Amino acid sequence: MNREYYGKLIFELSHPGRRGAAIPSNGCPQSPQLPESLLRTSPLRLPEVDEPSLVRHYTNMSNNNFGVDTGFYPLGSCTMKYNPKINEEMASLPGFASLHPATPAQAAQGALEAYWTLQNALAEIGGMSEFTLNPFAGAHGELTGLMVIQAYHRSRGDHKRDTVIVPDSAHGTNPASAAVAGLKVVEVKSLPDGTVDVEALRPLLGDHVAAVMMTNPNTAGLFESRVAEIAEMVHECGGLMYYDGANLNPMLGVARPGDMGFDVMHVNLHKTFSTPHGGGGPGSGPVGVRKGLEQFLPNPRVERLADGTFALTVSSDSLGSVSATLGNFAVQLRALAYILTLGSEGLMEAGPLATLNANYVKESLRDLYMLPIDRVCKHEFVFDGLADKSTGVTTLNVAKRLLDYGFHAPTIYFPLLFHESLMIEPTETETRETLDGFIDVMRSIAREAAENPEMVKTAPHHTPVSRPDDTAAALNPVVKYFDL
Amino acid sequence: MAHRYFPHTPDDIKAMLGRCGVESLADLYADVPEALRLKEPYRLPASMTEKEVRDFFRALERKNRELTCFAGGGFYDHYAPAVIPSIISRSEFLTAYTPYQPEVSQGTLQYIFEYQTMMTELTGLEVSNASMYDGTTATAEAMMMAVAASRKRNRVLISATVSPQVKEVVRTYATYHGVEIDEIAEENGVTSRADFEAKLSAGAPVAGVIVASPNYYGIVEDYTGWADTCHAAKALLIMNCVAADLAVLRTPGEWGADIAAGDAQSLGMPLSFGGPYLGFLCSTKALIRKMPGRIVGATTDAEGRRVFVLTLQAREQHIRRDKATSNICSNQGLMALYATLYMGLLGANGLREVCEQGAAGARYLAAGLEATGKMRLKYPSQPWLNEFVMTCDFSVDTLIERSVAAGLLPGIKLSESDILIAVTEMQTRADMDRLIEIVKES
Amino acid sequence: MSKTYFSKTHEYVTVDDNNIGFIGISDFAQHALGNVVYVDMPETGDDVTAGEDFGAVESVKAASDLIAPVSGAVLQINEHLIDNPRLINEDAMANWIIQVELTDPSELDALMDLDAYKKFCEEEGAH
Repeated sequence: MNREYYGKLIFELSHPGRRGAAIPSNGCPQSPQLPESLLRTSPLRLPEVDEPSLVRHYTNMSNNNFGVDTGFYPLGSCTMKYNPKINEEMASLPGFASLHPATPAQAAQGALEAYWTLQNALAEIGGMSEFTLNPFAGAHGELTGLMVIQAYHRSRGDHKRDTVIVPDSAHGTNPASAAVAGLKVVEVKSLPDGTVDVEALRPLLGDHVAAVMMTNPNTAGLFESRVAEIAEMVHECGGLMYYDGANLNPMLGVARPGDMGFDVMHVNLHKTFSTPHGGGGPGSGPVGVRKGLEQFLPNPRVERLADGTFALTVSSDSLGSVSATLGNFAVQLRALAYILTLGSEGLMEAGPLATLNANYVKESLRDLYMLPIDRVCKHEFVFDGLADKSTGVTTLNVAKRLLDYGFHAPTIYFPLLFHESLMIEPTETETRETLDGFIDVMRSIAREAAENPEMVKTAPHHTPVSRPDDTAAALNPVVKYFDL
Repeated sequence: MAHRYFPHTPDDIKAMLGRCGVESLADLYADVPEALRLKEPYRLPASMTEKEVRDFFRALERKNRELTCFAGGGFYDHYAPAVIPSIISRSEFLTAYTPYQPEVSQGTLQYIFEYQTMMTELTGLEVSNASMYDGTTATAEAMMMAVAASRKRNRVLISATVSPQVKEVVRTYATYHGVEIDEIAEENGVTSRADFEAKLSAGAPVAGVIVASPNYYGIVEDYTGWADTCHAAKALLIMNCVAADLAVLRTPGEWGADIAAGDAQSLGMPLSFGGPYLGFLCSTKALIRKMPGRIVGATTDAEGRRVFVLTLQAREQHIRRDKATSNICSNQGLMALYATLYMGLLGANGLREVCEQGAAGARYLAAGLEATGKMRLKYPSQPWLNEFVMTCDFSVDTLIERSVAAGLLPGIKLSESDILIAVTEMQTRADMDRLIEIVKES
Repeated sequence: MSKTYFSKTHEYVTVDDNNIGFIGISDFAQHALGNVVYVDMPETGDDVTAGEDFGAVESVKAASDLIAPVSGAVLQINEHLIDNPRLINEDAMANWIIQVELTDPSELDALMDLDAYKKFCEEEGAH
């Protein structure tokens, strides 16, 4: 990463009369215009830039960005693993990239087969009966999953179920997705050891409960050992179990949500299955269901017919549609390439190695950072700030100081279980040397916090820009160039 | 032997387990009850080499047919300059997460700010978010925005002429979100003004009205006075648009709309069998706090330099949880960069040229198809840009079948006799003449 | 004479002799929240219900629902807060958020006076 701040906007490079693209011509004669009243009259102030200037602009801009390919990115719950290059090549093959979504099935057999193959691989990994790949992201998958659950209850004439129970450690998307799906949210407390309080859950259950949403391992990186018992309780009251797949990575090769008693789940292809995060998408959030719930999945679905060909189908029991198409297809191709590259044996190793990396970092720092839950973690774990809080150095300060050393910050102030949460997820694609480097820096920062707290509190000092004034940005939002 | 994505040697594993105080990797999972554990390896193929993966995908690719594309329906085959794939595959953009740490994310934040500016220019509205998933979900979010802004109303009207996919997704969201959706009838291919006014004034109060321009049939509808009628009834006007067309068509802002939502795939994005595309959502400044998703704002850093940050985050799910404006988290960030590059390269003149070529080509093709005597425009009196509906004297299925055999996708079937056809700068006159020949022979 | 009451969710209501209540957030609450950047308020004429939320106060990285300490119809909102939400940080007690006409003054019995509230805050702070 370039530590010089670039900072220009494309509008500032604009020079009237320049252009950066030659548009092909279809060779047809100019035609009469539409009525004036239907045409735009306001100016369209887009930049006018030549191709070399534009390329240099975005290349310089990219140099102010941190990515997995530039350095270690231990962002908890985001699974920032290596994004393989072969996946990119496969996703841009012209025979896939040029296919219109309305292409008749007979001319899109390869694409449909790719979708079907990935759907089946995910079903095997999740222990589910069928997956839809249509949802565009994890949160979209959650929403879709909750709609599946409601469609199921409604199909049984059961209209009382208006509540979803989520643990207080859940990702913010869980309650938000429930609200978008028109469901009420009730929180269940966690025990001091970070897992769901089964005794607190029991009285919350009843015939008003549509589902219980769980992340397992949970956001503190802990396996919910009583999950099977919870599933039994929830099923007994007629509710369904929803698995938030944000933390599926450490379960690869170890256990399957379907075997834990979950009925509906989503996975984030951009976490567990190595597709790039792209600075905030495009992701993909496939949703899987156990046997008996397939007909409620969103339309359209992909099926293999008796003659071995593939077709799109719609079901009248379906919850409806959540997308115009089959979702972020090119992202699905990347995930399929990843699964094929790792193969069964590679996938079996991924989870345990991710867990090994996390525990290695945890055990190497526990003397200097407060470890609120002293257990073997899975793919991630949470510190509650520095062990020595006497100097007033906070989790935010530690995170910002890490940037000075060329590491991305962990997830901070989440989960909400602790005041100074610092959530670290190293993933399985990092070397022991990288982890050792990170551990050394974390130890240095703890030392700096004791010896020179002011310096840590004012970090970062060596990033392209220093701390932005968030308050000014929110008080008077300036969200476009022409308002600057 | 270790897989190439995993750096762990047996010595590494042994030393690291030692630090953790356990004997084996399995010991790290002692808290997973035996009954829940995977008993055998996944029933999936064995690991493939890179060459095998490539061969596998190439074999699948060959099972698709590359067709000259006259299909549209919201998604169009446009030319994309080579610069775009080159820049969007830069690791610094591609492998970054959401820009939570602005000090090391100015690249992402700056292009989103540029994107927001370009989208407000295109739509004529004051604010844009950092992107939505696609045009259908963006329109569904606009529907929920209108309901939230109204505080107490939960009825939304949607025109029959809006794309069926958009309508279906809006209806699905509404069903679960507890919103009543009423469809405004269609009259000669456009939204019925009389039915709009009737539905607005009768029944439960309306939070928002969703219309499209161009509509699903490619018709550019005239919404003169619609915004005033909506606002008099305290309802918001929501317009679903094709992003690229706004370079020439009257903008949602000029129509007086409160929200513009739609798909920006038309800004040169690969068709990719449905995605990733790019949903956009723009609104008046008054609605900014009801806007879902990320928004980037300008501010200054400690040294007084102009820098960019995610702002108004207190609307979002990671803070507001069940009270958030939406559950959206990851959006289509990289595709927002795609759109920014496309608009930056083409500029306003280039975007207009694309629209004009599409319109010119569409008129050439429509005239040629009509001249066969076997097809005619379904709505000859309505204005249209680059997409139109034709009624055939023979079965649309037959036309599609023959065209596909000849390497052409002639359009999207609307009924046994109607087909929706789109033209862009990508299909040559020779391509159009081939399609005309096929119709002649049918 | 007006009198001020506090809720456990850190809203206050100052009630005058005509049963008009001025509702805002306490100084303790504004401190906990940090720089206020936005106040989401209801509209004049809306009804608020004791124990239910009627809006929210946002800082940069947090948001807090406003829970009505009493029920009533909203007579007025504090329009100064639209352009200058930081007034709440400057003086939370002077810068009320909404003004309501109380429908049930007996609801005040469930609230705390200043002394009881101070004690309550000390206990909360100790956690």
